Amino acid sequence: MAEGAHPDSVVIVGAGQGGYQTAASLREHGYRGRLVLIDAEDELPYEKPPLSKAYLKGEADEAQLWLRPVGYYARQSIELVAGSVTAVDPAARTVRLADGSEYEYGHLVLATGATPRTLGVPGAGLRGVHTLRTAQDAAALRTSLGAARHAVVVGAGFIGLEFAAAARRAGCEVTVVEALDRPLARVVSARTAEHFTRLHRREGSRLVFGQGVAALHGDERGAVAAVELADGARLPADLVLAGIGVIPRTGLAAAAGLRVSGGIVVDARLLTSDPHISAIGDCAAFPQVRSGNRLRLESVQNAVGHAELVAARLTGESRGYRELPWFWSDQFATTVQIAGLDEGHDTEVVLGEDPDAFSVLLFRGGELQAVESVNRPTDHLASRQLLDRGIPLNPAEAAAPGFTLREHLASHRGEPAVPVG
Amino acid sequence: MPKITYVAVDAAERTIDVQAGTSVMRGAVFNDIDGIVAQCGGNLQCATCHVYVDESTLDKPEPIQPNENEMLDFTACPRRPNSRLSCQLTVTEALDGLIVHLPERQK
Repeated sequence: MAEGAHPDSVVIVGAGQGGYQTAASLREHGYRGRLVLIDAEDELPYEKPPLSKAYLKGEADEAQLWLRPVGYYARQSIELVAGSVTAVDPAARTVRLADGSEYEYGHLVLATGATPRTLGVPGAGLRGVHTLRTAQDAAALRTSLGAARHAVVVGAGFIGLEFAAAARRAGCEVTVVEALDRPLARVVSARTAEHFTRLHRREGSRLVFGQGVAALHGDERGAVAAVELADGARLPADLVLAGIGVIPRTGLAAAAGLRVSGGIVVDARLLTSDPHISAIGDCAAFPQVRSGNRLRLESVQNAVGHAELVAARLTGESRGYRELPWFWSDQFATTVQIAGLDEGHDTEVVLGEDPDAFSVLLFRGGELQAVESVNRPTDHLASRQLLDRGIPLNPAEAAAPGFTLREHLASHRGEPAVPVG
Repeated sequence: MPKITYVAVDAAERTIDVQAGTSVMRGAVFNDIDGIVAQCGGNLQCATCHVYVDESTLDKPEPIQPNENEMLDFTACPRRPNSRLSCQLTVTEALDGLIVHLPERQK
């Protein structure tokens, strides 16, 4: 039996995708101890991806965001607690809530997520200036979108671009302002980024690169009216979304004396520096299988993968985390899917002649790191299997005429899986 | 409400009234039917909500769209001619009486 398995109680702080999944997986693994899921948001655990997609466009309502119906938690004896955790006492193994109540834990899982960065410029507090992270944020944005005419999006990351697409579809004039020289600079290759620049321009949005925001200006009623750029230009705006990244919520961990560095530091088993505390999902900085670098990843796949590992460990099956990261984003009618993690590539091979449907294979030292697929779901799923199983592929093979990921995968089917890393 | 029947690997059957407008996948998840993972939440990203439509009710669902068709080649259990991704089966009156069989595993 794994060390630290079968604690008499598990308290999970944060009921996002990762926190919910930890509870659900613990019960699936037969865990019978007390299970408490605490979140400051007084909502049933819900999915976040649709908040910047279908929900914003009015294609899904709140109930369709729920991960499980209300009765599920009672049936599974999962105590849902609405409250804000103010302190963790690792010596007494308790967490304290803002209302003074305390919960003892045998094991604590920190699934605290992240908070959106806000614009640090004058006028950032004006009405009509939003961030997008929670269901409440999305509900406010959805309402505002109905009346908005000029939307300005600060930051051309996934959240910013997904919102820009929804705002354009809602009939707004849209301008996206990005400080760097291209969109999605942190997450995709220049070639894939170029596709998104073209897509948004083709749909009628304006994209401004290499420009910071200097200030937001309001009208006499305290609502945002204009965005002033660093070069002094003013854009009319009655709705502003700041999509400039997130800050991991590490305050509780740091105050409890846990190691924090760019996230809550965990080992390959997702244990923090305290053996009775795990950290998972967006808030956890964990070692990457291939590079060993300690990174945080923000995705559903990462939250779910972490949750399943912790649930397995707490029920006696300890292993190191080695799930392949994958991500996706929908904007207009385009889906981009990313398999693997590009931690710096030296060679690219592009598959597909169609400028609106292609995959970019990213290699480092002759080894495949990641694959970005734009409107090529087969490439994405084949890539996930290739990368997951460590099936070799070099740039010359990939660049050969007639090469497809699917056939390459098929030619290696049945071979024993090669461990990665 | 349309009735959907889910048949587990061990042949245990449950028939559920599923609200129109939702999906066969959510009908399962919201009624504690095991055997559907739906990791991506119904966004056509993961192929972990695979079902086999019973031969007797094959005429009920709408035809497969291209992306679903491609994803079905990557399910954990073998694809068969009656394979579908249940997140793409939107529940309507036309689906009333649909019978789906759950595969042995989803990932």
